[in-house]
Amino acid sequence: MTPATLYGICAAALVAIGLFGLILHPTPLRKVISFNLIGSGTFLLFGIAARRGAAAGFLGDPIPQAMVITGIVVAFAATALAVALLLRMLEAGAPTVDGSPDTPDDLSP
Amino acid sequence: MSLAVDLVMVLLILTTAVWTILVRDRRDAVIAFIVLGLLLSLVWMRLMAVDVALTEAAVGGGATGLVLLRACARLLPVEAEGALPGLRLQLAVGALCALVAAGLSAVILAPVDPAPTLAPAVAAHMDEVGMKNPVTVVLLAYRALDTLLEKVVLVLGLIGVWALAPDLFWGGRPASLRAATPSGTLDFLARVLPPVGVVIGIYLVWNGADHPGGTFQGGTALAAMWLLIMMAGLGELPETRALRLRRLVAVGPALFIAVGFAGFWMAGGFLSYPPGLAKPIIVAVEVALALSIAVILALMVAGPAAKEPER
Repeated sequence: MTPATLYGICAAALVAIGLFGLILHPTPLRKVISFNLIGSGTFLLFGIAARRGAAAGFLGDPIPQAMVITGIVVAFAATALAVALLLRMLEAGAPTVDGSPDTPDDLSP
Repeated sequence: MSLAVDLVMVLLILTTAVWTILVRDRRDAVIAFIVLGLLLSLVWMRLMAVDVALTEAAVGGGATGLVLLRACARLLPVEAEGALPGLRLQLAVGALCALVAAGLSAVILAPVDPAPTLAPAVAAHMDEVGMKNPVTVVLLAYRALDTLLEKVVLVLGLIGVWALAPDLFWGGRPASLRAATPSGTLDFLARVLPPVGVVIGIYLVWNGADHPGGTFQGGTALAAMWLLIMMAGLGELPETRALRLRRLVAVGPALFIAVGFAGFWMAGGFLSYPPGLAKPIIVAVEVALALSIAVILALMVAGPAAKEPER
């Protein structure tokens, strides 16, 4: 087994672990973190494609690498916006999935 | 031998990832996430993608981690900790996720020969661009449109963050980044590190043409230094209405768009560069972009305005 294949399976597991958290965590911040795990796994899958595409004297295909760099920066922007949104949501007293202090009997089971 | 090292890395990464999801305290989850970012940047080194490793360490772990940590600090008194739902639901969702992992692993294990690659196409025209780092060439020459749109996404993201300020605070300063308890270490680092960090940032931008590095990595290093100074309380966050600040946010994307349109009469297409002049134009765009990225990243970490603008 080559390192690329090993890390490929690791990336698949990261996506699954992130998905697990995204579905099951009731609080928005934990969902954002889980979503970022899915992102990291997906980027790593791109990395495997890049490493396997090594040719023409390069150690990896630069196209997927460049896409991942763009992706990481966009993921950061999305995370920052999501965090700002959830902080504002709590400030405004809107009920979250698990309920804010103003709404004791909320939607959660 | 080296495969054993990889195996240990994979075990470390998966343990950290599971910890990130399962740990009860959200601050512990964020710290595990930052550790995961650093481990992943080591993996990117193993995959011979140094540019990505630098970006993952700086943006994926560092900047994202800082945003999440700040959110933790502000959430603690308000939002109750949420536990995972019942065991039966966990098992059902776990089975679903295992299925997803199995599907992705099957794709990874399926032999593709030869592996699809665009590396020869990248290599074919590198000389015309005049730069030696293939990733920078892809980002700023072949796929410059993607990079331009990504900058626009960053600016839109910042506008989105700013727009969440209550009407009363519009144009004011964001919530202070200063640590609640003064720390001698932080103060010392904030005085010693910035000169070094700024040089590293400029080096990464300048060097990105021919070696690993580039605008994102350099810009993030600059942003980190600015944030460090503000966290130690040695500098104040600017008001979000400050004209100079907004010009800095806009200068990179604006120059990029201008260069794009200039391509119509210089080389016959949007974002095309005239032969021989590609490198100087790209370096100029990169410098402006690095400045904008540094300011945008720092302001995104700082968040929306939280104080009334001063009269």
